[in-house]
Amino acid sequence: MTAKFQTFTSAVIPLPAENVDTDQIVPARYLKVTDKEGLREALFRDWRYGEDGGLKEPLFVMDRVAMLDRQILLVGDNFGTGSSRVHAPWALTAWGIRAILSTSFADIFRNNALKNGLLPIVVEAEKHRQLFELVATDPGARLTVDLEAQVVHLPGDEDLPFEVDPFARLMLLAGTDEMGYLIGKLPAIEAWEAKHASRVDTRVGAA
Amino acid sequence: MGGGTGHVFEYDGEAIRALTMEQRMTICNMSIEGGAKAGLIAPDDTTFEFVAGRAHAPKGAAWDAALESWRALPSDDGATYDKSITIDASALEPMVTYGTNPGMGIPITSLVPSPGDLADGSARRALERALEYMDLTPGQAILGQKVDVVFVGSCTNGRISDLRLAAEVLKDRAVAAGVRMMIVPGSDEVMREAEREGLHTIFRAAGAEWREAGCSMCIAMNGDQLSPGQYAISTSNRNFEGRQGKGGRTFLASPLTAAASAIRGEVTDPRTLPGIESMAAVGGR
Repeated sequence: MTAKFQTFTSAVIPLPAENVDTDQIVPARYLKVTDKEGLREALFRDWRYGEDGGLKEPLFVMDRVAMLDRQILLVGDNFGTGSSRVHAPWALTAWGIRAILSTSFADIFRNNALKNGLLPIVVEAEKHRQLFELVATDPGARLTVDLEAQVVHLPGDEDLPFEVDPFARLMLLAGTDEMGYLIGKLPAIEAWEAKHASRVDTRVGAA
Repeated sequence: MGGGTGHVFEYDGEAIRALTMEQRMTICNMSIEGGAKAGLIAPDDTTFEFVAGRAHAPKGAAWDAALESWRALPSDDGATYDKSITIDASALEPMVTYGTNPGMGIPITSLVPSPGDLADGSARRALERALEYMDLTPGQAILGQKVDVVFVGSCTNGRISDLRLAAEVLKDRAVAAGVRMMIVPGSDEVMREAEREGLHTIFRAAGAEWREAGCSMCIAMNGDQLSPGQYAISTSNRNFEGRQGKGGRTFLASPLTAAASAIRGEVTDPRTLPGIESMAAVGGR
């Protein structure tokens, strides 16, 4: 269970790198942790911290003071490529990121994100370029992400509609996942089982 | 890199048909690195022979029924695809990566590309960053680049046929001084088969480590990892920054190329090793 995904407004963190892989988002040595919250410190660890264990100079973009409370990440093409790593969306949400804008996301990452309260938003290439321009000229520009209406409101009354899998959208809005959805159907499942249990033999074929 | 996102790759053609099942599995496995959801190769007699008689394979009448159903699986003649790419396999040579994603690969006798040759700013910056991380010079040869660690294993290339190829190279040869070579079977079953065939004695005699089945240095979570600045040649599927240990540098290559590189202690074209030339030719196994 995650929190219900509600409409929010935030300035944007620009990270123009392409093909950002999950090993960069969370290095493998942090995969044994069991507390999602602790993953905040693992996020982009080797891009943020130097050999001496301190933050790198110049600071990685997310560590700059103006960026610390921002909830929208604007990234390059094919974000989240590489290993299936649910820790990647966990670390991003632990940091406070709630939506990521890109021209494309790696499939596995996109699915992991949608199941963990993180909204990947695909924008077409020209709009993507304009967004980077917007953030370059007006670094404090604030975007409003409205999942209910499937639209990002840009400064100047411009609306950017986006597509999202309808079931994933419902799960995000409800703050649940497939398992939570199924458990919500428990009375119906139990009623069905009560009527059908006697004629379903799950051992068939096991002999 | 992300060209396959939202799609499935289907591989077909003369060169694909000539491959063994295990070779086909390697190709399908790598589809994911191209962004695809999956990689497919239509079943044929090679597939059916591979499945026949295995644990959990259908037997008797069930086998006949399964076979009939499987024969209907290949794509129809005239099926349409979003995009088709034709590759002349006879023109391919052993491939090796030089950069920090699996798309950054070149034929082994060619030179590391130069960022200056790239028009696209984003691709140029990515290449600059990759070469800096790998400490390689634009335009340099990849052949002869020294390696500290050689890893043969992973789900991509840790099958029995991969280990047999590595054994062909290592038989009566020795891993170069100062090089650590780890050979890690992809499963317990592969490990047992390799030991039945005596491959492990060949590996050990050559100075390589014969290990328990597992992921080992593919993901570097179990202590098998590079130190900062070290180079590995690895038969696994991923060469991202820090993938095989923080600060470690990875060249991805085939089991033959990796084993040949272990002998010389540097990136080596397996076709230059006596007795291996014909094996290393494409489709020549």
